[in-house]
Amino acid sequence: MVVVTPGTALEDLVIPPISRTTLALFAGASGDHHPIHIDLDVAKSAGLDDVFAHGMLSMAYLARLLTNAFPIEKIRSYKVRFAAITPVHGRPTCTGRVREVQDVGGERQATLDLTVTLADGTVTLAGEAVVAVD
Amino acid sequence: MALDSSLIGQVRPGGTLLVTRSRLRLFAKATGQTDPLFTDVEAARKKGHPDLPVPPTFYFGVDLEMPDALGYLREIGVDPRALLHGEQEFTYHQMAYAGDELTSSSVVADVFEKKGGALKFLVTEVPIVNQHGTTVVTMRNTLVVRELAGVKA
Repeated sequence: MVVVTPGTALEDLVIPPISRTTLALFAGASGDHHPIHIDLDVAKSAGLDDVFAHGMLSMAYLARLLTNAFPIEKIRSYKVRFAAITPVHGRPTCTGRVREVQDVGGERQATLDLTVTLADGTVTLAGEAVVAVD
Repeated sequence: MALDSSLIGQVRPGGTLLVTRSRLRLFAKATGQTDPLFTDVEAARKKGHPDLPVPPTFYFGVDLEMPDALGYLREIGVDPRALLHGEQEFTYHQMAYAGDELTSSSVVADVFEKKGGALKFLVTEVPIVNQHGTTVVTMRNTLVVRELAGVKA
C-alpha cells in the first residue's frame, strides 16, 4: 500500500520489450483476434510496415500498476486515451501519481494521473483512475 | 447503414463469456502479471475473494466473445484494418470472479468526425451484467476509423 496524498507517485512498472509471442498470447487471452496485431500480411495490406501492439495490452499493463498499489476491489473507475501506437519490441513504462484526494458520497477517493511512455519518450497512453482509499 | 450520426441510439446485443480460471491465468501470462492473486485460488481466498478476480481491463473481451466480433463494423461499412482504439473507460460497480458468466450489450452514444472526415469516431456505452442480472461494469469504448488511402479491399 502507498501513502495517498496529492503528489504521491506510484512505483513505476517497467515492461520488457513486447514480443510477437506476447501479441499472440494477448490476442487469445483478451479475445481481441483482430489480425492487424498478429498477422504481418494483414498489417502490410493496410499500408503498415509491421504489426503493432493492442492498445488494450498497454492498458492492462497500466492496470497492473494500479493493482500493485491498491486492492482491486477499491478501483472505482479507470480510463485512458490512446495517444500513439506501440510498435513490436516497444518498451512501455507505466507511471502514476495522485492528483487529488476528496470525499465523494462518504468515501475517501484518490484520483490518479496515469501514463504509459515508451523508451524514446513517446506517450502512448494517458489516463486516470479513481480508487477508494482509507 | 453507414458510420454516421444516424447510428446514435442504436442498440445491439453483445457477447457472453463464462469466465474460467484458465482464461484468467492465460490473461495473466499474456500481460506479465505475476501477482498470485490473479492465478492462485488460495492466494485470492486469503485476500477475501471467493475465486480469482477478473482484472480491471479483462471485461473488454466480453463484448468480443461472439463468432464475428468485427461483423457489425463491416455492416456499417468500416474496414477493420482502418480501426484504431481512441479511448477506453471502465466504471466498476461490483467485482466479478472466475465462474461468473458475463454478458455485454451496446448502445451507440455518439458518432462524430475530425480532420474534415479523415477520422471518424464511434462511441459506445457497454454495460456488462453477470449471471444474476447485476451490472458489474460499464464500459465506454471510443473507436477511431482512419482513412485507408490507396489500400485494396
